Amino acid sequence: MSVGKNVTRTEGRDKVNGAAKYIDDYRYPNMWYGKTVRSTVAHARILAVNFSPNFDWSQVVVVDYKDVPRNIVALIFDDQPLLAESLVKHVAEAIVLVAAPTKELAEKAVHHIEVVYEGLPAVLSIEESLAVKEKIFGDDNIFKQYTITKGSVEDAFQSAEIIVEGTYHVGHQEQLYIETNGIIATAKNDGSLLIEGSMQCPYYVHRAIKEAFQLADEQVTVIQTVTGGGFGGKEDFPSIVAGHAALLSRKCGHPVKIVYDRAEDFAASTKRHPAIIHHKTGLTRDGRLLAAEIDITFDGGAYCTLSPVVLSRGVIHAVGPYKCPNVKVSGRVVATNTPPNGAFRGFGVPQACFGSEMHMEKIAKTLGISPVELRRKNMLKQGDITTTGQQLNYSVGTQEVLDAVLERSDYLSKIEQFRQTASDNKRRGVGLSFFYHGGGFTGSGEEKIKGKAAVQLLANGQVEILTASTEIGQGVKTIFRQIVAEELAISENSVTFGKSDTSKVPDSGPTVASRTTMVVGKVVQMAAANLKAEMAKIIAAKAGCDASEVKFANNQITYPNLAQPLSFAQAAIDCLKEVGELKTMAQYSSPPGIKWDEINYTGDAYPVFSYAADVVEVEVDLDTYEVKLLKVITASDIGKAINPAMAEGQIEGGTVQALGYGLCEEVVWKDGKILNNRFTNYIIPTAQDVPEMETILVENPYPYGPFGAKGLGELPMDGGAPALVAAINNATGTFITEIPATPERILAALERS
Amino acid sequence: MEVKITINGKAYEIAVAPMKRLLDVLREDLNLTGTKEGCGEGECGACSVFIDGTVVNSCLVPVCQANGCSINTVEGLSNGELSNLQQSFIDYNAAQCGICIPGMLIAAQALLNKNSSPSRAEIRQAIAGNLCRCTGYMKIVDAIEAAALSSKE
Repeated sequence: MSVGKNVTRTEGRDKVNGAAKYIDDYRYPNMWYGKTVRSTVAHARILAVNFSPNFDWSQVVVVDYKDVPRNIVALIFDDQPLLAESLVKHVAEAIVLVAAPTKELAEKAVHHIEVVYEGLPAVLSIEESLAVKEKIFGDDNIFKQYTITKGSVEDAFQSAEIIVEGTYHVGHQEQLYIETNGIIATAKNDGSLLIEGSMQCPYYVHRAIKEAFQLADEQVTVIQTVTGGGFGGKEDFPSIVAGHAALLSRKCGHPVKIVYDRAEDFAASTKRHPAIIHHKTGLTRDGRLLAAEIDITFDGGAYCTLSPVVLSRGVIHAVGPYKCPNVKVSGRVVATNTPPNGAFRGFGVPQACFGSEMHMEKIAKTLGISPVELRRKNMLKQGDITTTGQQLNYSVGTQEVLDAVLERSDYLSKIEQFRQTASDNKRRGVGLSFFYHGGGFTGSGEEKIKGKAAVQLLANGQVEILTASTEIGQGVKTIFRQIVAEELAISENSVTFGKSDTSKVPDSGPTVASRTTMVVGKVVQMAAANLKAEMAKIIAAKAGCDASEVKFANNQITYPNLAQPLSFAQAAIDCLKEVGELKTMAQYSSPPGIKWDEINYTGDAYPVFSYAADVVEVEVDLDTYEVKLLKVITASDIGKAINPAMAEGQIEGGTVQALGYGLCEEVVWKDGKILNNRFTNYIIPTAQDVPEMETILVENPYPYGPFGAKGLGELPMDGGAPALVAAINNATGTFITEIPATPERILAALERS
Repeated sequence: MEVKITINGKAYEIAVAPMKRLLDVLREDLNLTGTKEGCGEGECGACSVFIDGTVVNSCLVPVCQANGCSINTVEGLSNGELSNLQQSFIDYNAAQCGICIPGMLIAAQALLNKNSSPSRAEIRQAIAGNLCRCTGYMKIVDAIEAAALSSKE
C-alpha cells in the first residue's frame, strides 16, 4: 500500500543539500542578462523614450513593442500588451527591455533610458472605477459581471423576521513566494524558442509565447525548473517574463536570463484582488436563513488577466457552506490603474469567505444566538442544494469538520471563559470559521481543458509519469508516484516523475484550482490502469492465458501455471521486449451526471467541495492593540489524504498565509505606486508570530477522485482570516469588518463601538 | 582585491571586487548555488551562512569583510551522507518548495551547536529570521526538535 502513507518528498534530498537547481542557479556560456524599464506613473501617454548619448548603446540590445510579432499576453481577453505602446495603464508596466553581457551593464543601461509621459487622470480605487471617474476599460470600467439568482430574495425579505446587513473590506495580498520570478530564454537559429524557469503552468507560457511570436506548437519548448513557491503568483505572470526574455534572446542571439529582484517582483507582479462585499440577509428569529442578497466588487487592476475566473469563483462561494432558499449574488470586477491582480491561492474565495463568515458572526450577535448554533442550523448537508442549484450527493463533511474542531479546541467553553477572565490590559478571545472550496475548474472548465496525462515503462522496468502538473512545493512529484504505485500494486520507489517539459509531457492543464491531486491525479490513475491493462494483454498473449487472469499484487505479477511469480520490473522489461515501447494515456472525463449552465450560472459548479472549520485563539494587548496568536486548530474534509504529512503541510502553510492576510499583510499605496515593496515593510508571519497548530484531517471519500481524494491546496487559505478577526472581536467586544486587522484598525473599531 | 577565504573546509584565493556581496561570490565565482537570495536586504534569511561559526545573511556582507574567514554553507552540512538535521527535514516533510531550506538549515544548525535540547519556543526564536511561505513552520520546528532528540540518543 502506498496511498495513505507518509512517503518522503521525491526531491527532498536535493532540497536539503543545496543541489536543487532553481532558475537563478543556472548559467550558460555567453548568457546575457535582461532588465526592464517600467512605468513610474499610473496612467499616461508615452511621449518619448530617450536614450542618453552618455552611454555606449553598441554594448547592449534594446527591445520595445515594435519587436513583438503580436503584442499581447495571451490569456482571457488579450488586452494586456507584452510591452506598452503609446499608453501605460499602471505603475511598473513594462515599456522597454535591455540585455547586456553582465547584470551590471544591463542595470547601467536602464539608468540611461528616460521615458517622457503626458499624465492622464488615474482611477485608483473600486469606488473611483465604479463612478467611472475616467473610462479605462470599455464604457463602464467593468471587465466582467455575474449574477446568480435562486428563488426570490425580494419576496423572502418581505416575510423575514429579521434583516441583517453588513459591508466588509479586504485589501491586496502579495503571494510572496521566496524565489522571485525568473526565466532563461534561448532563441534558436531555426526560429524556435526554449523557455526555462520558475512557473506553475508550462502550457500557459507555451501558449503565450506561441501567440506573441506567432509560432507553431513544436517551435516552443517550455521547461519548468525547480520552483520556489507560486501560490498562484506564478500561474499567469511567468508568461510575461518569458516573453520579455525571449524577445531579448532573439535580438542579441544569446540565452537571456531575467531574474527579478524582490522590489521589482513585488512592484510588477500580480496580487490578490481587493474587494468590497455587502451582505443583506433575511432570517427567522431563531436564525434560519431565508434570503441572502450579496453584492461583491473586485478590483481587477489595469488589465483583465484572470479576473473573470476569480470573480466567478468568488460569486459561487459568496453565501458560504449554508443552505438558503432565496439568493441573489451580484458580482463584478472593475478596472483600476494599478498593477493587474491575478491568481492567488483561494482565487476569490478568501475575499468572499471573509464577507460570509464575518456576516455570520454579525447575525449571531444580532440575534443573540451562538455562532455555532447559527452554523449548525444552516450548514449544507448531504442531499442539500447550493446557491447554483447543485445537489450535494456525496462527500459532504460539514458536520464532521465542525464537530472535530469544536471538540479539539473546546471553543464553546473558551468563548465564555475568555469573556470572564479578561485582565486589565490583555483580552483573550476565540473565533470560529466554517467554509468550503470547490475542487477543480469552475463549471465546464475541466470539460474544456480535458487534461491529459501518461505513464510509460522505462528500460529498467520502472514506470515514469508524464504530466504537465508541476511540483511547486505542494508535493505532486510524491503524490502522483503514490497514486501510480497503488494502482499497479508496486512500490512508489518503482515510479519516477518525468521532467516538466512541454516537448515531452502532455497538457494536463494548469497547476492551479486545487485540481492537481483530485483531477489530474485521477487522470494519472486512469493512465496507470490503462498501462496495467496493456501489460496484462501482452503477458497473456505470451502465456496463452486470458488477460483477466494476469494479476498485479505485492510488486509482482502472477497468472495461471506460472511457477514463480514475476517481479513487476521483470514483467515490464519482458513487455518492452515484445512491443518496443509502452506508454498509455488518459484524459479527463466528467463524473456522471454533472451539468452546468454557463449562461444562467446554474448547475454543478464543481464536481465536489472540500470543507473545513478553523478555531483561532488570540490575546489582544489593549495598550498597543497588538494581537498575539495563541493557538490555531483546523479540521478539513479532503476526501482522502494520499500523503497525510504533505496534506498537513499544505493546510498549515495555507492557514498561516490566511492568518497573515487577516492580521498583518497590507500593501500600502500612493498614487498607484506600492510604498512597501520589500520584506522590511510588507510583513508576513515568522516562526515566532505563529502558534502551534493542530491539524485534523477528515476523510469523506469522493467517489470520482483518486482513492477518494478531493481538492486541498486552496481550502486552508479561505478561513483563517475570518476566524482570526472573530477571535479579535470576541476578545475586544468590537466588530472589525476590514482586514488586515492591524493595531490601527483595531483601535479605530474600538473607538467606533 | 585578492580574497583568501576557506569555504566548507577548502581554501580559496580569488580576485574579486571588494564590495561584491559574499552571496554573489559564493554563487557566481565559486558556483556554490545552494545559498539562495530571497530579498537582498537581510530580511528573509535564505542566504544564511556561517562566518567563523556565526550565522550571517550573506547578502549583507561585502566579501572583503570575510577575508581570512572560514565560511560554511549548506553544501558543507553533508559529506556525501546527509546530516541528522538534513535527514530529519526530509523525514518530517519540512521542505516544500525548498528555497528557504538552505538558510533554515544553517539557522537550525547554529541553534543545535549552542543548545542540544532546545524547546519549541527556542527553536521558533532561532529561525525567526528565516521566512518560509510554504509550511507554516510546524514541520520545520518538528524536524529540528527531532534532530536534537536523535543526536542525543
